[in-house]
Amino acid sequence: MNIIVCVKQVVDPEAPPSAFKIDPTTNRMVPSPGVMSVLSPFDEYAVEAALRIKDKQPAKITALSLGANLQREVVKKPLSMGADALVLLDDEAFAGGDSWSTAYALAMAIKKIGSYDLILCGRQASDWDAGLVGSGIAEILGLPCVTVAKKIEVADGKARVERVVSDGYEVVETPLPALVTVSNELGQARYPTIKGIMTAKKIEPVVWKPADIGVDPAQIGAAGRKTNLLKLFQPVRESKCEVIGGQTPEEAGANLAVKLREAKLL
Amino acid sequence: MAEYKGVLVFGEAGNGKLAAITAELLGGARKLANDLGAPLSAVFVGSEVKGLAPEAIAFGADKVYVVDNPILKDYQTDAYLLAMEKVVGQVLPQVVLMGQTAIGRDLAPRFAFRLKTTATMDCVDLVIDPASKRLLQTKPVYGGNAHGVFTSATDPQVATVRAKTMTLPPPDPSRKGETIDVKMDIDPSTVKARLIQKVAQAVEGVRLEDARVVVGGGRGIGGADGFKPLEEVAKLLKGAVGASRPACDNGWVPDVRLIGLTGKIIGPELYLAVGISGSSQHMAGCSTAKNIVAINKDPEANIYKQARYCVIGDWRKVLPAFTAKLKELLAS
Repeated sequence: MNIIVCVKQVVDPEAPPSAFKIDPTTNRMVPSPGVMSVLSPFDEYAVEAALRIKDKQPAKITALSLGANLQREVVKKPLSMGADALVLLDDEAFAGGDSWSTAYALAMAIKKIGSYDLILCGRQASDWDAGLVGSGIAEILGLPCVTVAKKIEVADGKARVERVVSDGYEVVETPLPALVTVSNELGQARYPTIKGIMTAKKIEPVVWKPADIGVDPAQIGAAGRKTNLLKLFQPVRESKCEVIGGQTPEEAGANLAVKLREAKLL
Repeated sequence: MAEYKGVLVFGEAGNGKLAAITAELLGGARKLANDLGAPLSAVFVGSEVKGLAPEAIAFGADKVYVVDNPILKDYQTDAYLLAMEKVVGQVLPQVVLMGQTAIGRDLAPRFAFRLKTTATMDCVDLVIDPASKRLLQTKPVYGGNAHGVFTSATDPQVATVRAKTMTLPPPDPSRKGETIDVKMDIDPSTVKARLIQKVAQAVEGVRLEDARVVVGGGRGIGGADGFKPLEEVAKLLKGAVGASRPACDNGWVPDVRLIGLTGKIIGPELYLAVGISGSSQHMAGCSTAKNIVAINKDPEANIYKQARYCVIGDWRKVLPAFTAKLKELLAS
């Protein structure tokens, strides 16, 4: 079976909050020096979901990433985890898009890849936290879509998906081809192995420009946006935290209870 | 070219009544509709949901559209999409709002793309720009490290709204409104992704979203057993126990206990955060707590920025003493 996994390169979301600075003149987030780029974490779970299917049945996994100046060591991670191929939409024209223009470009690339049974995406990207592209690709390609999966099993041309809801999970069945977005409840994604890393080094990504996938330049990247970002800012949190101390941690704990009682919070 | 006008709120039920998020949405949407000089409508999609209409009117809706069909009893994307397409085709609202709920997260994106428009998810603020009359949509980005203000170039402008960010309006049972049945047949074969089974994993006791007191545990708890002292405190205070991502990802507590950007949004009077550093993703879930109290051994923990009180120390020593004193104080 053929699986396509969409992965996005983002600024490491695990960097401390102080590492995220906003430049109000350009409405851009400027990461502090030394902050790395990584694969968006939910997209790693999507790669893991694909690999779990491949663990059980013959499958070819193609990772697909869109951006500008993509860092090869970042976007090759799916290969070192066990994916088989990598397609990159790597061009300035693809950059600066919103969910609309990004979903369009990815959908056109998927059409060019041609053969697929299952498309997997992370449930949302850790930079914009939009959570739209997966559903958007599904709509453009006319596919059924199941979101926030914690388990995906494939058999007899169907996917059986367990999806997260607020008080448990639902089991949804869909014919293939289909698109599924994946959530962290899937469980720990595997680490790249030495063998995987060596294999990944030898695989050349296929790089496509807008003309290669037949896209209208006005509909991709910044040009194709349907949303406008007016302002990016960091809300100021006014809070004076009162430190409750004591000679020992135990005393501090008791003092805290007394303080909260005084404040009528208990 | 269709002319879009008015605000439409997608309503949900909670325990047979109007969901709290829907009442909040109607309160916020009423102001948007007033600023647009346009009507406010609500839509309920489901089976035997007509009874929710009077409450929606009391919370501010001028018209309530009801799509009632047994095939809609449980949420399924494909069926609910058809229902929303039909209603929106009839109402032509300029703004469509849904809660950032399990349904909203799934329905809003596909629905927006279906209508060749866009959606802004998990908004914490919505206002009408007085000059352009477009909806200004504010939402957290970078895991909550920043906020972005967006506008949509196309109509309808679709947004989902985070729980507890809009003020619950006082209901006015004397308000008048119109309830409109939207009859539609839904061919079952159009539902491709079919719901087979629902598995409830709710924890007993008061729900996190409703609790007056919440005790949360994070990476610092170290294991499933570590949550027992937290459960003891929660029990004493008649509260609920939640957790941050690391505790859930490590399997120390069930995923349904997650408080955060992709988990529960809580708004208790008191949130006692134990061994939680306060990552932006977690704070997204607990910022609406009235009072945050943190116990953490890291003097630089991010959570102190939003906490009212803190103890900097090892929770394994602090919490038992806290609990003992708490028992004493509650007994007196």
